[in-house]
Amino acid sequence: MKTFVGIDLGSTTTKAILLDENRDVIGRGITNSRSNYATAARVASEEARVDGRFTLFRRALTEAEGISVRLDDFLGALERAFRLEQFLEQLDDLQQTCIGLVQGDRFAGRESGVKEALAEVFTRLRAEAPELYAPGAKRKSDFFRDIAGSRYHTQAEEVARDASLPYELLLNVYDKSIIDVENRPPAGGLSEKFRRALARVLEADPQLQSARGDVLPVIERTLAVDLEETYLVGTGYGRVTLPFSKEHIRSEILCHGLGAHMMYPSTRTVLDIGGQDTKGIQVDAQGIVVNFQMNDRCAAGCGRYLGYIADEMNMGLHELGPLAMKSDRPARINSTCTVFAGAELRDRLSLGEKREDILAGLHRAIILRAISIISRSGGVTDEFTFTGGVAKNEAAVRELRKLIKENYGEVTININPESIYTGALGAAEFARRAHSGQIQGVEP
Amino acid sequence: MTTIVTPKAAPAKEVVKDDSMVKQKEMMAAHYDRLTSASETGAKVVSTFVPGNLNELIMCFDLLNNLPEVNAIQSGLRRQSGAYVLEAEKIGHSEDVCTYVKSDVGMMAKGNIGPNGKKLPNPDALLLSYTGCFTFMKWFELLREQYKCETIMLHTPYMGDGKITPNMVEYMVKQIKEEVIPKLERISGVKFDIDRLREYLKKSAKAEDDLVHVLKTAKNKPSPIDAYFGGIYYIGPIFGAFRGTEDAIDYYRFLRAECEARLAEGKGPVTPDGDMGKERYRLVVEGPPNYTNFRQFWKMFYDEGAVVVASSYTKVGGVYDLGFRHDPDKPLETLAEYCLGVYTNRSLPMRIEMLANYIDEYQADGLLINSIKSCNSFSAGQLLIMREVEKRTGKPAAFVESDLVDPRYFSAANIKNRLESYFQMIEQRRAGGRAAA
Repeated sequence: MKTFVGIDLGSTTTKAILLDENRDVIGRGITNSRSNYATAARVASEEARVDGRFTLFRRALTEAEGISVRLDDFLGALERAFRLEQFLEQLDDLQQTCIGLVQGDRFAGRESGVKEALAEVFTRLRAEAPELYAPGAKRKSDFFRDIAGSRYHTQAEEVARDASLPYELLLNVYDKSIIDVENRPPAGGLSEKFRRALARVLEADPQLQSARGDVLPVIERTLAVDLEETYLVGTGYGRVTLPFSKEHIRSEILCHGLGAHMMYPSTRTVLDIGGQDTKGIQVDAQGIVVNFQMNDRCAAGCGRYLGYIADEMNMGLHELGPLAMKSDRPARINSTCTVFAGAELRDRLSLGEKREDILAGLHRAIILRAISIISRSGGVTDEFTFTGGVAKNEAAVRELRKLIKENYGEVTININPESIYTGALGAAEFARRAHSGQIQGVEP
Repeated sequence: MTTIVTPKAAPAKEVVKDDSMVKQKEMMAAHYDRLTSASETGAKVVSTFVPGNLNELIMCFDLLNNLPEVNAIQSGLRRQSGAYVLEAEKIGHSEDVCTYVKSDVGMMAKGNIGPNGKKLPNPDALLLSYTGCFTFMKWFELLREQYKCETIMLHTPYMGDGKITPNMVEYMVKQIKEEVIPKLERISGVKFDIDRLREYLKKSAKAEDDLVHVLKTAKNKPSPIDAYFGGIYYIGPIFGAFRGTEDAIDYYRFLRAECEARLAEGKGPVTPDGDMGKERYRLVVEGPPNYTNFRQFWKMFYDEGAVVVASSYTKVGGVYDLGFRHDPDKPLETLAEYCLGVYTNRSLPMRIEMLANYIDEYQADGLLINSIKSCNSFSAGQLLIMREVEKRTGKPAAFVESDLVDPRYFSAANIKNRLESYFQMIEQRRAGGRAAA
C-alpha cells in the first residue's frame, strides 16, 4: 500500500507520521534528535512504520471473523514484546560495540577483565529486560539511550565493584559506544522482530494458544502488506542541515499550519510553543498560512525555559504545571530569560515566596510573551489551536485561556493530545499532495 | 525510494561581480584615498550623513565629504564592525544603541583606520543636514566632543502631513543662507559661488535620470537587477560623495547601458554566484539590509529565485523615482526639497503608499520587512506598515529581523527559516489562487 511520510526534526525530538491514501494517520513515531539528523529521521520514520503495522493488525483482526482474543490486551502484549525484541537487538549491538572498544593504553593488561565484566553486565541487562516491558511497568523514557543508559550505569557499578575494576573503565566504553549505536539505524528486519514478538506473546499466555491458528495467518497476511514509502516530506528548524533533498523539504511553519488545520479544520490561529521557538501562525480555511511571527534569536520563554526551571527546582518537567495550579497569588515576573531564570528563582525563594506562586508567575510570563508574538502575527481568530510540548502543561494552558479571553473574548481553544505531531502531520499531507501532483501541496 | 540524505557542504566559489560593481568599487577606493591623504593634500573634510547629504554644496567649498554611516557599512562588509561595536560598548555605549554609531565610535577608538588601511582624517566640520533621525544628532554630539570641531545644523522639518509646504522650504533656505553657507565659507576660506552650485546640480540631475532608469528596469520580467542587494551598489555614488560629479554621470551612464544589455538578453540580476537562476518571486523590501552577512543574506534570496524589484532603503538618500530631481534653476530651494523628500523623512502613510504602489507597479508577490534591531528610526511602525500594505494589496508580507553592522544580531538559521516559509507561502497562495480561479 502507498504511504506518505512526514518527518519533523525538532531540537529535542524527531517526529514522524505515516499517512495512507485516505489521509488517515496509520502510524506515529518519535525519537530523540541525537547528534545525527539523518539517523533521527530514519529511526522516527521506522517507528512510525512499526506503529503503522499495529494499526494494520488492529484493522485486520477487527475485520477477520472468528477471532476470539481480546484485541486490546493482545495488541498491548504484542507491542510490549516487540519493544523488548527491539531493545534486545540494540543491546546486542551495544555489547559488540563496547567490546570492540576495549583496547589501547587505557585498558593495557586489563582487557580480559573488562571484557568479562562487560559480558556479566550485559547478561544482567538481558535478564532484567523483560521486567522493563512487563504489563504496567513504568519507563521514564522510551528511547534506547535513556533506558539502556540508566540500567547500564547501575549494573556496571556493581559488577565493577565485585570485580575490583575501576568503574570509570566500563563507563568509558559505554559513553563512546552509545553514540555509535544510536547513530546506527537499527538493523534487522521488522517482520522477523514481529514474528519473534508474537511467539513470545503466544508462549507467555496459554489461553492464546487456542487462538493461534486464527491469529497467525492474519498477522502473516498483514506483514506481507508492503508499506511503500511513496513520498516523504521533511521539515524542522534550522533546515540548513536537514537530511533531505530540496524538493522534499517544506517550511515548518507551513507544515504546522497545515497540521493544525487537519486536526481542527476550523482553525484560524495556531500557537506553537516548542523547545526553542514560539510561533504564532494564521491560516485560512484551506490551512494555507497567511501570516506568521516567531521569536527571534532569543529563545526566552520557550519550552526549554520550563525544562531549566524544573532542573533548578529539582522537579520533573511534568510536575511544574500541577504545582503552579495550586497557587492563588501568582508572583509578578517579567523576565523570561532562561539564563537569568535560576538567579531569579533563588532570589524569590530566599525572599520567602512560595514555590507554587513563583511557578504560576513563570507560566504567566511565558504565555504573555507568546501572546505578544500572536498579536504580532495578526491576533487571535476563532478557532485557536495550541500545540507543542508546553500545550501539555495545565498551568500554561490556564494562563493562556485567561489571556485569550481578556484580549480576544470567547474563542474555541483546541489542544490535541497528539499535538507534538502537528508539524509531521502537515509534512505527511504535503507528501501526499506532492505525490498526487499538486503544486507545492495545494489542494485544488 | 530513499529521500533521507546526508547534506554536503559546497566548495567556496569565487565571487562574481558585474563591471559596474567593479567600477563602483574603484570609485569608492579613490574617494577613500582622497580622504586619507587629506593631511598631505591640505584638503579640508566635512562629515555628514547620507539622508540630506548636500554634496553639491560641500563641493562648492572644495571640501571633502566623509560619511560616517558609509564608513560603518564598510566596516560591516569587511567584518570589522563586530570588534568596533565591542570597543564602543567597552567605552560605555549600551547594547541597544544604533550600531552604525557604535561601529564609528569603536573605529575611532581603534585608530580610525579606513577601508584602505590608512587613517581617516579628523573632520574640520560636522554638517548635520538631516534631522529626521534623532540619533544622528546625538552621534554628532559625540563626534563634536571627540574632535572639538565646528558643528553646522540644518533643521529639516518632518513631512508629518504628507507634503512639503512653501513654508518648510523657506525655513530651510533661510538656514542654508544664514547658517550653513557662512559657516562653510569661514571653515573652508572659499567664497560661495551660486553658479558653481548650479553646475553641480545640473550634473546631479543627469546622473539621477540614469539611476531612475536603472531602478525602473526592475518592472520587467525577469528583472535584470536586484533593487535591494544590487541596489546597494547602485546608490553608492549618488548617495555619497559623487553626486554632482562627472564621475557619477559616467558611472550611471555605464550602469544604465549594462542593465539595458541584460534586459535585451532577458537575463536576471548578477549575484555573487553568477547570473541568477529562474525568477520565481518578486519582492518589495522595506528596511536597511544587514551588512555583516550581506552575501549570506542575499544568497538566501537568489538561491530560491527571489529577486527584489523595489526597496525603500535605496531611497534614503533621495526618492528620485517619484520625480524629484536637483534643479539648477532654484539651487537653494532644491537642496531644501531634497532634504525634505528623502524616504526616512516621509510620514508612515506616505511610506505605506509608496510600498503599496511599488507592489502594484513592479508586479511584486509581496512585501518583506527586514527590521533592524538597533534602528528605531526605521523600525517604529513597521508592523503597522506591514498590515496596511497587506490589506491594500492583498499580497502576503513577512518580517525578518537582523541588524545593520552588529554580527551578533544575525541569526542565519532563523532568517532562512522565515524567508523560506515566506516563499513557500507565496507559492501556496499563488497555487491556491489559480485553483480558485
